[in-house]
Amino acid sequence: MANIMIQSDAKGGLVFYLPKRDLEASIESIEFDTPEKWGGELKLDNGGTYYIDPIAKPPRLPISLRARRLGAAED
Amino acid sequence: MTTLSREETEALIAEVLEVYPEKAKKDRTKHLAVNDQTIEQSKKCITSNRKSLPGVMTIRGCAYAGSKGVVWGPIKDMIHISHGPVGCGQYSRAGRRNYYVGTTGVDTFGTMNFTSDFQEKDIVFGGDKKLAKLIEEVEQLFPLHKGISVQSECPIGLIGDDIEGVAKKSAAAIGKPIVPVRCEGFRGVSQSLGHHIANDAIRDWVLDKRDGQPFEGTPYDVAIIGDYNIGGDAWATRIILEEMGLRVVSQWSGDGTIAEMMNSPRVKLNLLHCYRSMNYISRHMEEKYGIPYLEYNFFGPTKIIESLKKIADFFDDTVKEKTAAVIARYQPMMDDIINKYKPRLQGKKVMLYVGGLRPRHVIGAYEDLGMEVIGTGYEFGHNDDYDRTIKEMGDATLLYDDVTGFELEEFVKKLKPDMVGSGIKEKYIFQKMGIPLRQMHSWDYSGPYHGYDGFAIFARDMDIALSSPVFGNLVPPWKKAVVEEVKKAA
Repeated sequence: MANIMIQSDAKGGLVFYLPKRDLEASIESIEFDTPEKWGGELKLDNGGTYYIDPIAKPPRLPISLRARRLGAAED
Repeated sequence: MTTLSREETEALIAEVLEVYPEKAKKDRTKHLAVNDQTIEQSKKCITSNRKSLPGVMTIRGCAYAGSKGVVWGPIKDMIHISHGPVGCGQYSRAGRRNYYVGTTGVDTFGTMNFTSDFQEKDIVFGGDKKLAKLIEEVEQLFPLHKGISVQSECPIGLIGDDIEGVAKKSAAAIGKPIVPVRCEGFRGVSQSLGHHIANDAIRDWVLDKRDGQPFEGTPYDVAIIGDYNIGGDAWATRIILEEMGLRVVSQWSGDGTIAEMMNSPRVKLNLLHCYRSMNYISRHMEEKYGIPYLEYNFFGPTKIIESLKKIADFFDDTVKEKTAAVIARYQPMMDDIINKYKPRLQGKKVMLYVGGLRPRHVIGAYEDLGMEVIGTGYEFGHNDDYDRTIKEMGDATLLYDDVTGFELEEFVKKLKPDMVGSGIKEKYIFQKMGIPLRQMHSWDYSGPYHGYDGFAIFARDMDIALSSPVFGNLVPPWKKAVVEEVKKAA
């Protein structure tokens, strides 16, 4: 489990930020994206995948969450 | 020289790397790239923020340098104790020229060095008692200080001292904030981790200490973040922002105070100049307090105008009107400077190798003077820095990350720029090769370079360096005669 931060970028997409490794990557797809259920599997543009427990859609970004790594990004 | 094509630049990189052993070559190849503006993401072409290769010269610093030297050091009314052996603090004392107002040794302590001067017995028996005693003495000798930060040097982490415990106990005793910072030099690959640790220490020990207290705010409150007032940079920035009708509540951390930092969560907008060293705290304030942050660039009129408009967009029409007036007022001055220096500097080529924000931020200022940046690189940048750099640099220019002394020398020999912008460690190597160098870390004892006032000085300094007759006299007269004879004979 790792602390991560999700924020929105200038174009309206989502950006994933992992402070521990100073890793910044944009999120290509998010499993659930409805007002009641938001989260699940996150696919990053660097090839990594992370999982966050689905929650109600946060009213404001950025938000800090706990995430589990499913697949590592290639270096 | 002529501009190199993509293939030629790639060949140049391959040629320079030829001397390395196989393994080193493989590692270094990843850190050198030819710029391609079509690439959106830098990680496709360049690797950064990795451990330097043992055996080659790197000019990176350590985590202690990032925390004490960069982020904490400039906070003027605090005493920053270099906790550990004497050298780390003494050899970095007052070297960065972060200017401040105040009486040094009475209410400000920017250029002073405080250290616990570890001896063998402190390593063996631990230095916690010494630290507690030091804090007591500091309180007695400098009663007007507003707080203390304990900047750990390597041995503290190695012997496992409990500086947090001492800090809490002593803070209660003297009634002032004491911040333990775990920035031991061995942490991480460069000073970049030191910035992060320092930011986290500010977040945990300083930032929220005035939450809930009354504060007379205005809708125009901003904070300058990541401006270290080198040669007065933050002051040049502040002048412009105040003319725009904004109120600068805090300066992080050049000429800044701990009170300003505690008041920062009340501002409406964080203006972030050095993204690399202070993005962490900006992200935190965005999340916790809902304060947006905006990256801006105050090098050179083109970028200044761009940034001013971006900043004004956050505020109401009065600020927008004032901003338009500011831009109009300074335009003739900028035109004068450009008219004066551009004909002298037009077409000159520059190579940069610095840290933080400058490898990309100063490109605009050089372009305003008609100069061209043909190579740039970061000491300790991350991928997000290179993402931003790719768009600023021309196609097929050279990018180098954590470049070694050998590589930089070879690149300069091959590309033959008219000028190099780097630091003191490179200065005399290149000047002896006949290439003028301006230190872009400390503005070569000049400055400020930020803002409209700074651009005038920047243009003058570049002209001084490039037009100096010294560089035409590097071949001694007796060798010159031979060269001419050979020419005549030919």
